[in-house]
Amino acid sequence: MTALHELPIEEASRLLATRKLSSRELVEAALARIEATEAKVGSFLTVTADLARAQAAEADARLASGDATPLTGVPIGLKDIFVTRGVTTTCASKILEGFVPTFDGTVVERLRRAGAVLVGKLNMDEFAMGSSCENSGLAATRNPWKLSRVPGGSSGGSASSVAARQVAGSFGTDTGGSIRLPASYCGVTGIKPTYGRVSRFGVIAFASSLDQVGPLATSARGAALLLQAVAGKDPRDSTSIDAPVPDYLSSMTPRLDGMTLGVPREYMIGGLDPGVDAAVRAALDRLKELGARLVDVSLPHTEYAVATYYIVATAEASSNLGRYDGVRYGLRRGEENGVREMYGRTRDAGFGAEVKRRIMLGTYVLSAGYYEAYYSKAMRVRTLIRRDFEQAFRSCDAIVAPTSPDTAFEIGSRTDDPLKMYLSDILTIAAPLAGLPAMSSPCGFDEAGMPVGLQLIGRPLDEAVLFRIAAAYEDSTDWHRRVPELRA
Amino acid sequence: MSYYEDGGFEVVIGLEVHCQLATRTKLFCSCSAAFGAGPNEHTCPVCLGMPGVLPVLNRHAVEFAIRAALATDSRINTTSRWARKNYFYPDMPKAYQITQYEQPYCEHGRVVFDLDGQPRTVRLTRIHMEEDAGKSVHDLNPKWSLVDLNRASVPLLEIVSEPDVRSGAEASAYLRKLRSIVRYLGISDGNMNEGSMRCDANVSLRRRGADKYGTRTETKNLNSFRSVERAIAYEIERQAEILLDGGTIVQETRLWDADRGETRPMRSKEDAHDYRYFPEPDLMPLVIDDAWIERVRSQMPELPDARRARFVSAYGLSDYDAGVLTASKELADWFEAAVAAHPNAKSLANWIMGDVIRITNETAVEGEADYSRLPLTPAQLAGLVALIDDNTISGKIAKTVFARMIESGDDARAIVEREGLVQVTDEGAIVAVVEQVLAANADKVAEYRSGKDKLFGFFVGQVMKESQGRANPASVNRLLRERLAG
Repeated sequence: MTALHELPIEEASRLLATRKLSSRELVEAALARIEATEAKVGSFLTVTADLARAQAAEADARLASGDATPLTGVPIGLKDIFVTRGVTTTCASKILEGFVPTFDGTVVERLRRAGAVLVGKLNMDEFAMGSSCENSGLAATRNPWKLSRVPGGSSGGSASSVAARQVAGSFGTDTGGSIRLPASYCGVTGIKPTYGRVSRFGVIAFASSLDQVGPLATSARGAALLLQAVAGKDPRDSTSIDAPVPDYLSSMTPRLDGMTLGVPREYMIGGLDPGVDAAVRAALDRLKELGARLVDVSLPHTEYAVATYYIVATAEASSNLGRYDGVRYGLRRGEENGVREMYGRTRDAGFGAEVKRRIMLGTYVLSAGYYEAYYSKAMRVRTLIRRDFEQAFRSCDAIVAPTSPDTAFEIGSRTDDPLKMYLSDILTIAAPLAGLPAMSSPCGFDEAGMPVGLQLIGRPLDEAVLFRIAAAYEDSTDWHRRVPELRA
Repeated sequence: MSYYEDGGFEVVIGLEVHCQLATRTKLFCSCSAAFGAGPNEHTCPVCLGMPGVLPVLNRHAVEFAIRAALATDSRINTTSRWARKNYFYPDMPKAYQITQYEQPYCEHGRVVFDLDGQPRTVRLTRIHMEEDAGKSVHDLNPKWSLVDLNRASVPLLEIVSEPDVRSGAEASAYLRKLRSIVRYLGISDGNMNEGSMRCDANVSLRRRGADKYGTRTETKNLNSFRSVERAIAYEIERQAEILLDGGTIVQETRLWDADRGETRPMRSKEDAHDYRYFPEPDLMPLVIDDAWIERVRSQMPELPDARRARFVSAYGLSDYDAGVLTASKELADWFEAAVAAHPNAKSLANWIMGDVIRITNETAVEGEADYSRLPLTPAQLAGLVALIDDNTISGKIAKTVFARMIESGDDARAIVEREGLVQVTDEGAIVAVVEQVLAANADKVAEYRSGKDKLFGFFVGQVMKESQGRANPASVNRLLRERLAG
């Protein structure tokens, strides 16, 4: 029998519902696994063992009374970007070190209501700015497949914790690839839903027009169960979409007959790591065998996506991060010499180099005289990128591509070259600019044994289609079942 | 002497008015927007700018804003956008203010008002919605500045005029009309001294006949109509003196100091903030469709000009009187409540415009009468006029009774009864007094009868004195004339 900590969510859920397993056992197994592996992986900023045990007891009572949801009693982790009442929430920044919120965000509230058990808060790049998790101001996280490598970012802890089977599922956020890239690097499933599908209330903002919450899990079905519990309109987020949430599991099919998948030529040419190229091409063949028809599509404005993203995202970030000023909460420095110095010294001490770089970039592109040339133009390019996808979706139901041109790189190998780091997101960045749902599913390994991710991009609100493709693919492969050995 | 008059200048004034909307809750959260709570009692994670929060638009505030647009004949934009205005200030919790920038919800309105009996029009460039900041308190603690965020995110309208105003008096008249409109609409208290209506004045001078505008200054901290007039007068003279000396005006923001009666520089154009406006990504564009506009229009309260016209047609008042009574909604409401209690509109109007306003002006602050706290109730004044109209008291006695009413707060009838001021209409009783007076002044009677007509007033006075003013004057006149005719 599979070890408890290796159970995917859908299986754990079934065992809990049939009372063959208690939440207490499952949560203890997760806590034990964290205890045993955390020194190597470093996924967590906070482990909430006491809270988890209390929630497990409540969950077992609910399960006994028959008033349970598929997530009741299931241990999960949350990226430390989610505001959690009574639990330290830092965004991996020194400026929020020790900050304990007074309220729960909508996702957290919905998870609590569903009976999910919170085992801890996960490491990330500071304020979700990064592609490797190396920009955390508070801790280092390693890739469970090779501990000298990065887990990817920004939701690095969300991916590493799932890959290391510390939890079977977690939540992250994706702004330019922050769920899909670490999912790909760590060999787990991660989905960034349509912009507006999940409430952003209680998610610390990086780039408001791009940020979106999504789950990571050891299986497509597990991710589907997690998204099912949190998706849907929220009156506290005006940008959340008022549309029914379909039942994701029931839309899954063993085969993909009748489905047309577009392969964007701009994503498949040059620059791809040979291991990635081989794994993705094999995955495309497998999708064909499952009945899908593959067609060429073009996304001609792809080359502008990174530039557009780093204007829009930094502009919004420069504004969103203004509130960390030492006045009301978080770090405060230099108060003895008046408010201006307090602002400067607080923000200098509290923010890391990458956050400062992006605040400066964003401030610059919004400045008088530059707004038109940068922000305004970027917004127009964003429209062109969205139209590229609209055009492509006339001839296909979903787009398939690699998640990243490469696999997880060595820790420290790109930290001196921000631009090279930014290019890690080259294949993930267009989907959020267009607001589209996009997913990464494990599709093999390169020669170094590092996981490769297959990216699926769907039409607005078509998460069910992505889950259907990913589940059919998973059922015909075993990549997602492989468990890393946490080797150096 | 005046540099302005001597220099042949024309002043060009544009006004920016911030008007706090009297909604129950704040613009982007459900905290109370009421004034006067303890520090930071009306706050929540959203208006405190905690990490992870999002704004949710208060649709009532938009309805209030639509009313203002309709009342000023503004063109409402079907789609408008929210924008962020970024700047650091301790009482600005998010380090940005949510406002409207490139696409305000309405434009191209106008305000029509009287200036020295002549109608004047000031065009409005735009009105937009925005949230207020909190309040910094610097004088409660020697070491710390304190921040109160009760006001943070309370809804404001910013009403921006075209540079159509040509004098301080006109600025003041425009503002009074604007205040009257927002009060009639029930969308704002419009109290300048409490800050629910705030005004910045852009002032520049040019030579008469020139079509190019001069360099302007923006004067802030104008918290009364008097301050607006004085600050503009000061700024006009200051600029005129500089220009006459061959100097140039520095484009800058200036602060009005009411105690010193002067404006002084606050910040120049060079250190003006770069607010880095950009569209607010947390809110959808604001869509105000025709159906919404029509719904608001159908519920619009009566506006000052319509009410003035109605007072002329329904109550037979002069246009001037109707204008005085309707300039303030409180006063107009008061008048109509009195008329409802006793339908002698003309007499009530005279009493209000004479004695009631006089009494109110005695307690005015900064030349601002507060009609929301008149010293008696409409029903009380109606009761007094009713006593005159049914001949219970004379108009003369009524003046005395009115004074007593103000002193005691009692009703007219109670005062008249207590002090025995009921008019004597019993002819027998008056005859007795008349005869007593004539008997006691036989010599004057003889003089009168020999042609000294002027003495008639003396006899009237004596009779009124003997009757403590209570004798019906008409009866006294008639009876005296009969008796003196002998």
